[in-house]
Amino acid sequence: MVSSLYGALESGLIYAIMALGVYLSFRILNFPDLTVDGSFVTGGAVASVMIVGGHHPIMATILGAFAGVIAGCLTGLIHTKGKINPLLAGILMMIALYSINLRIMGQPNIPLMGENTLFNQISTWWNEVALDSFLLAPFNWLGISDYAPRSFYVIIAMILIVLLVKKMLDFFLRTEVGMTLRATGDNQAMVKSFSANTDRYVIVGIGLSNGLVALSGALVAQYNGFADINIGVGMIVIGLASVIIGEVIFGKQTIVRLTLAVILGAIVYRVIYSLALRLNFLDASDMKLITAIIVICALVIPNWLDQSQAKRQFKKSQKLNGAVNKEGDVHLATAKKDS
Amino acid sequence: MLQLKKIHKTFYPNTPDERRALNDVSNSLAPGDFVTIIGSNGAGKSTLLNILAGTLPPDDGEVWIDGKNVTSFPEEKRAKLIGRVFQNPLIGTAPNMTIEENMMISLGRTRRRSLLRRLTKKVRDEFQTELETLEIGLENRLTTKVGLLSGGERQALSLLMATFTEPKILLLDEHTAALDPSKEALVIELTKHLVEKQKLTTVMVTHQMEQAIQLGNRLWMMDEGKVIFEADEETKENLTVNDLLNEFEKVRGKKLASDRHLLV
Repeated sequence: MVSSLYGALESGLIYAIMALGVYLSFRILNFPDLTVDGSFVTGGAVASVMIVGGHHPIMATILGAFAGVIAGCLTGLIHTKGKINPLLAGILMMIALYSINLRIMGQPNIPLMGENTLFNQISTWWNEVALDSFLLAPFNWLGISDYAPRSFYVIIAMILIVLLVKKMLDFFLRTEVGMTLRATGDNQAMVKSFSANTDRYVIVGIGLSNGLVALSGALVAQYNGFADINIGVGMIVIGLASVIIGEVIFGKQTIVRLTLAVILGAIVYRVIYSLALRLNFLDASDMKLITAIIVICALVIPNWLDQSQAKRQFKKSQKLNGAVNKEGDVHLATAKKDS
Repeated sequence: MLQLKKIHKTFYPNTPDERRALNDVSNSLAPGDFVTIIGSNGAGKSTLLNILAGTLPPDDGEVWIDGKNVTSFPEEKRAKLIGRVFQNPLIGTAPNMTIEENMMISLGRTRRRSLLRRLTKKVRDEFQTELETLEIGLENRLTTKVGLLSGGERQALSLLMATFTEPKILLLDEHTAALDPSKEALVIELTKHLVEKQKLTTVMVTHQMEQAIQLGNRLWMMDEGKVIFEADEETKENLTVNDLLNEFEKVRGKKLASDRHLLV
């Protein structure tokens, strides 16, 4: 039970980078980008092929991310220059990437067992500095060493990587170019009237978004120990679920707060996922359905709450009016009937 | 400063819906000129403004701004020379961004946008000073999201954002039409003040004759894609609404009756 929560935390941190990418396209650029399902696999595919080919895992990961940037830019180009609706542009790119990913991989599945992955590398460094014994000390001291993870290296390394990505994204979104990118998603006509080429901003933005998604894909492949052609199916919905859970639970006041919320949302999603898998009547394959239901609920329930709250407030004010006009008129009569 | 050379524009050519929006329009403005354009619906006022801004390409003719032929410039390139305020207060500003961020974007109109965080204390102070000139208290709300402002406040902000980087040409597209009367008076007052302060060459389209007479030093009346009446600085000083209505009748040989309520 507890160890599965550490697993959820680890993969939550890795998928958080994907969620940040989805946040960039879906929320900042207001562009529901389905390329994600394909570019996530592209990242994993490129990284795995390079690792198997004997390249350094850091190099492989970075190039995997870069492949995602290219895929995203192509979606942006199809949308802006080809004037194709965002959803369709994303679907077209996703389908095209399925074939491209198979070409890159050469086979539907590339095992990375025994290869020099990023996480193996980190694990080696980690064991050299022997920090685990230090971090495990409090668990031993409290007598709950059974609940301690085997090693902290994935968690610590991923926290550092995710925070670095978050910091860079926070910085970028508050630069002049970043602000214009945000305004492009908010009000294109306005941005054009202030002399910015909105097409270029959309292309760059979707490129960056898919770069993050592919980086996450490259890390997931190395974490799982294999790259698979089908691992990206439904990734966009998982990303959306993470973004929405994060926004609802952790708030969305400022950019800095929002990116943190998205990261935490991704972790919460993984925790829900691992808990749901422990229920006997659920299979792993049911998770896509559950994810879809989470997203639908997260999108619909806030609207319902707003509406019913407005109704309650209206009734309340009616009652108050009725109490004031004690002489009684039509309003009072109807108010009484209602209550 | 601004020259229009034989501009033609026809919508839906060679179809039953064909409409000549602009028919051989030529005119020019000197630096510092402020022209108001009036005309009934479909006279071609907005089409003319869209062609100036580069939102629509002309079928024929040329637009020259500040000695440059800008006819083939796309909208965003032309925007380096042009400040623009739209009729809809929602178009001029980005609602989910703060006042200071919106102003930052307008600041990028004339130069290359950088990958640096340019919104520094110094820039904020400058924004504050600019906002003070509006006298509606926005200077104390730099970090308020623009979506929370009223239509009048948003339009005042749009106006400031379009003018404070000193564009060669300022385009105002019925920018008070969507506001209630008190806000309208405020925005007109601000327009006057900001244009005079920076001596901006301005083109303003309006539905209201009184506004057209009250503002600016020149006036064009348009009908069926042509400028049918022009008033220069001298004539404009003594112009009344009735003069304009008579002028319209004289030139077109028909009454403006159907549009009269719209124009006054």
